[in-house]
Amino acid sequence: MLDVFTWLADWLVYGLAGLDPASKLGSSLHFFVEDTTKIFALLVVMIYIIALARASLDLERVRHYIQQKHRLAGYGLGAGFGAITPFCSCSSIPLFLGFTSAGIPLGITMAFLFTSPIINEVAVIMLWSLLGWEFTLVYVVIGMAVGIGGGMILDLLKGERWLKDFAAKAYRQAAESPHGDEPTPEAPTLTLRDRHVFARDELKEIVGRIWKWVIIGVGLGAALHGFVPDGWFADNLGSGQWWNVPVAVLAGLPLYSNATAVIPVMESLILKGLPVGTTLAFCMSTVAASFPEFIMLKQVMQWRLLGIIFVILLANFMVVGWLINLLSPWLFSGILT
Amino acid sequence: MKKIEVLGTGCKKCVNTAEQIQSVAGELGIEVEVEKVTDPAAIMGYKVMSTPGVAIDGKLMHSGSVPDRGKIESMLKA
Repeated sequence: MLDVFTWLADWLVYGLAGLDPASKLGSSLHFFVEDTTKIFALLVVMIYIIALARASLDLERVRHYIQQKHRLAGYGLGAGFGAITPFCSCSSIPLFLGFTSAGIPLGITMAFLFTSPIINEVAVIMLWSLLGWEFTLVYVVIGMAVGIGGGMILDLLKGERWLKDFAAKAYRQAAESPHGDEPTPEAPTLTLRDRHVFARDELKEIVGRIWKWVIIGVGLGAALHGFVPDGWFADNLGSGQWWNVPVAVLAGLPLYSNATAVIPVMESLILKGLPVGTTLAFCMSTVAASFPEFIMLKQVMQWRLLGIIFVILLANFMVVGWLINLLSPWLFSGILT
Repeated sequence: MKKIEVLGTGCKKCVNTAEQIQSVAGELGIEVEVEKVTDPAAIMGYKVMSTPGVAIDGKLMHSGSVPDRGKIESMLKA
């Protein structure tokens, strides 16, 4: 079904504009037209459908649900809800305090916040359409693992010691007073019309926010695709020495971006022969370890805790990179050769 | 005079919310004092988890989105 977009690009770029498929410009432009049209069409349809389904999901109920569960399950749930809850980064501080003051352990709250920028519906749709479902699945599993692992390590280190005083106090009070017997917040009753209105607004909001990122990301990906020779990475960076991964993670740090812009670039990097694990490490580092986010968290944490979180994240990305590079002959044998 | 607090850590939606309320109140001829509350501890005090939130005279009326016109009118008249 997605062939339509290849045909469209064939027709526009090679037919109408008369460019040579073998030329750099022709190949870049074809990539750009095919990917932007495909991504936008899929995004519009899928965001709407997903929003219809999750119109009734709200943070109060998510929090209550996590509170009821065993702590170990909590990490998985935190990361899982981080992935599916619609959530704008400007809400991270209120969310953090809302969870903390309900006695939810720091690690579980952070599992939510770690996973939330990495996995969201836009990222999943784009990965699926550009790199296929096997890759998408691996990406989602890794994103969850980074969140869960990061959260657990934070709790092992007793990270809550280094919260700002007011947040630490709220956490202690909640942890000391028995909870869990509060009534479940009521699910809002929504008519189909309410859901439609919600989904329509979500669609407008999300597309309005990300359209330029899609264009920038696909544009960069297209430029890489057309102008970087095949095998360039293998020739210039070596093919998968151990130090490639930390270099990729560090290189990704200053490039603060969101998943939307990075995924098309990721596609090109992989097609040009950068090892999959190295590419993933680079992308996670640009997406999840962003300085603006860290500066925001400073409002509720001491520097020390921020530093620890930062190091944990970077270490996680490196482990992911190495692991995937090691496993990729088995994981992606069919699709990326 | 109603005291209106817009709760949020300073994103665009919060600014929009404050402006919307200001203008609707102006049209309805209701006197309001709109204040943007960005202090995390104060926001936590209202138990708001998704911003922007709106509190009127110290009571939380709305949270999680930029309220639409109808919602603002009913909040102001309440």
